[in-house]
Amino acid sequence: MPIPMRLKELIRLIRSCKTAAEERAAVNKECALIRTTFKEEDNEFRCRNVAKLLYIHMLGYPAHFGQLECLKLIASNRFMDKRIGYLGAMLLLDERQDVHILITNSLKNDMNNSTQFIVGLALCTLGSICSPEMSRDLANEVEKLLKSANAYIKKKAALCATRMVHKVPELSEIFIPVTRSLLNEKNHGVLLTAVALITEICIVKPDTMPHFRRWTPQLIRLLKNLIMAGYAPDHDVSGISDPFLQIRILNLLRILGKEDQECSEAMNDILAQVATNTESSHNAGNAVLYQTVQCIMDIKAESGLRVLAVNIMGRFLLNSDKNIRYVALKTLQKTINIDSTAVQRHRNTIIDCLKDHDISIRKRAMELSFALINGSNVKSMIKELLDFLNRADHEFKAFVTLGIFQAAVKYAPDKKWQLDTILQMLKGGGSYVNDEVVASSIHAISEARDLYAYITQQLYSTLFADISKQPLAQVAIWSIGEYGDLFVAGAIEEGSHKINEDEVLDLLQSVLNDSITSFITRAFTINALMKLSTRFPKSASRIKEIVARYANSVDLEVQQRSVEYLALFKNYDSLRPGLLERMPCINRGDKAEATVTADATSSDAIPIATVSTGGGQASDLLDLLGDSLPPTQPLQPQNNNTATSDILSGNNPSVGGNALLDLLTSSEDSLMQPISTNPAPPKIAPLNVYDKHGLRIDFNFEKASNDANNVVQMILNATNSTSFPFTDFVFQAAVPRSFQLQILAPSGAVIPANNSGSITQVLKVSNPNKQNIRMRIKISFNVNGNTIQDQGEINNFPAECN
Amino acid sequence: MIRFILLVNKDGQSRLSRYYYNIVGEDRQNLERDVISKCLLRSKKECSFLEYQNMMLIYRRYMSLFFIVGVGGDENELSILEFIQNLVETFDRYFNDVITMNVEKAYMILDEMVLNGHILETSKNRVLAPIYATEKN
Repeated sequence: MPIPMRLKELIRLIRSCKTAAEERAAVNKECALIRTTFKEEDNEFRCRNVAKLLYIHMLGYPAHFGQLECLKLIASNRFMDKRIGYLGAMLLLDERQDVHILITNSLKNDMNNSTQFIVGLALCTLGSICSPEMSRDLANEVEKLLKSANAYIKKKAALCATRMVHKVPELSEIFIPVTRSLLNEKNHGVLLTAVALITEICIVKPDTMPHFRRWTPQLIRLLKNLIMAGYAPDHDVSGISDPFLQIRILNLLRILGKEDQECSEAMNDILAQVATNTESSHNAGNAVLYQTVQCIMDIKAESGLRVLAVNIMGRFLLNSDKNIRYVALKTLQKTINIDSTAVQRHRNTIIDCLKDHDISIRKRAMELSFALINGSNVKSMIKELLDFLNRADHEFKAFVTLGIFQAAVKYAPDKKWQLDTILQMLKGGGSYVNDEVVASSIHAISEARDLYAYITQQLYSTLFADISKQPLAQVAIWSIGEYGDLFVAGAIEEGSHKINEDEVLDLLQSVLNDSITSFITRAFTINALMKLSTRFPKSASRIKEIVARYANSVDLEVQQRSVEYLALFKNYDSLRPGLLERMPCINRGDKAEATVTADATSSDAIPIATVSTGGGQASDLLDLLGDSLPPTQPLQPQNNNTATSDILSGNNPSVGGNALLDLLTSSEDSLMQPISTNPAPPKIAPLNVYDKHGLRIDFNFEKASNDANNVVQMILNATNSTSFPFTDFVFQAAVPRSFQLQILAPSGAVIPANNSGSITQVLKVSNPNKQNIRMRIKISFNVNGNTIQDQGEINNFPAECN
Repeated sequence: MIRFILLVNKDGQSRLSRYYYNIVGEDRQNLERDVISKCLLRSKKECSFLEYQNMMLIYRRYMSLFFIVGVGGDENELSILEFIQNLVETFDRYFNDVITMNVEKAYMILDEMVLNGHILETSKNRVLAPIYATEKN
């Protein structure tokens, strides 16, 4: 057996490979050699081989066959062996593997070793990979080490403890007493890690905060000493004494003072001192100032201090360093809720940032700009934002169009300006405008009674210039359909020639003929044509002929409409004028833009998704609204159609409020699946199963008391506490084979921001063997242009579920 | 807390990678590829911060090496920039030439500076003392 090569040689070998295939071959060859050596139980070169394996693992190749070797190295007496062994354990093992439990014993022994470096190794490894079980086993050992006289050991033990309390919050009780003495240390490493430990305990166990608040004076004193201290060579960075420790202390103060008036008052002086005395010529100083400002903004600070903070951020905004500007924009966004007048002063600088080269800065400036819009500055702000929209990256356009629309609705000084803005927004937004915004734009137009002809003319010209953008096309076509007669008859603008009926029909026909046009837009167009058949009586036969062409359309919705409208022409011609009358102003529910009431008497362009459990039920529903049209079939699902899927989606048991269903009487409960039909089912406490990235998923349980299959119904409720909506939310679950799982359709795919709404979904788990239910869940959703996916396992279902 | 630390050369190859949370195999490869391509494409005029999924990426270029740190939660971005500077200086002092560093030793130095995603020690002397001490044996 040749002597295995050193790590250096392997690295050189791999770097000299010119192609990926060559590299793979070299790696595979080396792995084979390593594997053989492992089998031969060679002690001498194990260390070297594991080191190479770690490098190979870092490159991305599988290396799990080295895990047991790491264990052997850890058990060895040589320091170098132990070191590589523990490193291997940290890199190759994670708490999901069973192998890591085997090192618990080695860890325990090594933590009692007389050599500080070996103790350090054990603490480092434990602090990197310990599982809840290991945490419970070894917490007492770690606590003992926290009391050691050796600063090197103490600091590592403190960070090891942070992981333990994160995994098992109850263990905080073990560590709280010893933290007191840690704060009296002189060693900066110990102080740094002690503050980290206290911070972690405060986060995982908020009820310990009153206890830690009593130490605020001590923390303040620590901070003060750092600021006033002279030059401390060990921890000085650009003239600032240990900025890392200062920042950590400020962070802890922020958490402690957040909800507490008394604690916040105590820190006022020191915060003012740090804010004014810290040099901002270097990044280190700016980092401390940034943290101070964050602290001031989060606690219950007095107004003078807040003004100081906003001024610092204002200075940052003018800094030539991009990083500083970015940080300022981010902080001001958080500030705007608390003190918007102070931020308004910097409005012009923020608007300039919209034109910055850097996409991160543009994004922050964009979000901040929307937050700054108010009644007095709306016209100038929207002008800038429309300009920004025309230049914006694709990922921003949807957000910007929505923002502009909301601002236009909320703050418009007059109706004409509002409609002009909406038109500009549609032009600039192109195909990135949300369906909800389209629906809401239509609503806004319908409200502007004196401006029908004007807006229709504007929309007509814009559509004439470009029929390819669906959102704009849909709004324009709706408007033309509804108000075409006013438009044709009305005054001419800007010396353009008078448009006649035929030209309007030509335009609509060209939309229908164009291959880019989506099916929804075609449906809009057919509706518009029908309305025009009563508004342009001379052209009724031409319209009939156009509509007839789509009786064979591939799309079900288009075909359906075409056939039904033809029937209207042929058999029910007398009903046509009445049915296609001008729509009354659309009534909105009090919820946000999302839902539009389906007034089924009008040929509303927005497709209606009906109950697929039976056409009979659907027609009952439509009868209730006094309509004589035959029931429409279920429509093919469209991705962003949350507005429409909310309507009449009786198939989805919406436990959360649904504006349309609010309109209907309670007799429609038969459309909704019964949530609980049994008298007095056993009450089971709800369970929070997921709480990350702002997404919170709770399960509510319901169980029939007498059920052969022991079915438990879980109602999932997903909420979103961030300031961006979650879209395309998908929840999947799997259970072990001994159970059966049925997942029903969710109430929607969008979770609105700021806990303003939720998605609900029903799961049914059948548990005939009465075992402990376990479930693996997988979630995915889009937020703010990014996709987030995650999975997890739920093992802690309440016992009453089983 | 720090989620990961990556050192890549200007061609996008990993020279050192350390993760402080559970991520394996395919996911890790994808993450690295994504992160590296995003950071390497940035121009000098752009700021050092990038929002990526639920993390913030903070990166800095030193000659031909990119240092990329991914952080979660409310970490202070400017302090992470300072940390990267500290890391570079520490590596520099030990290796004299950051490009051709010994991967094993690099891991050990990193472990003296960061534990479980939290910064452990910032004084270069204190970080390197144990490394020198254990080398003598």
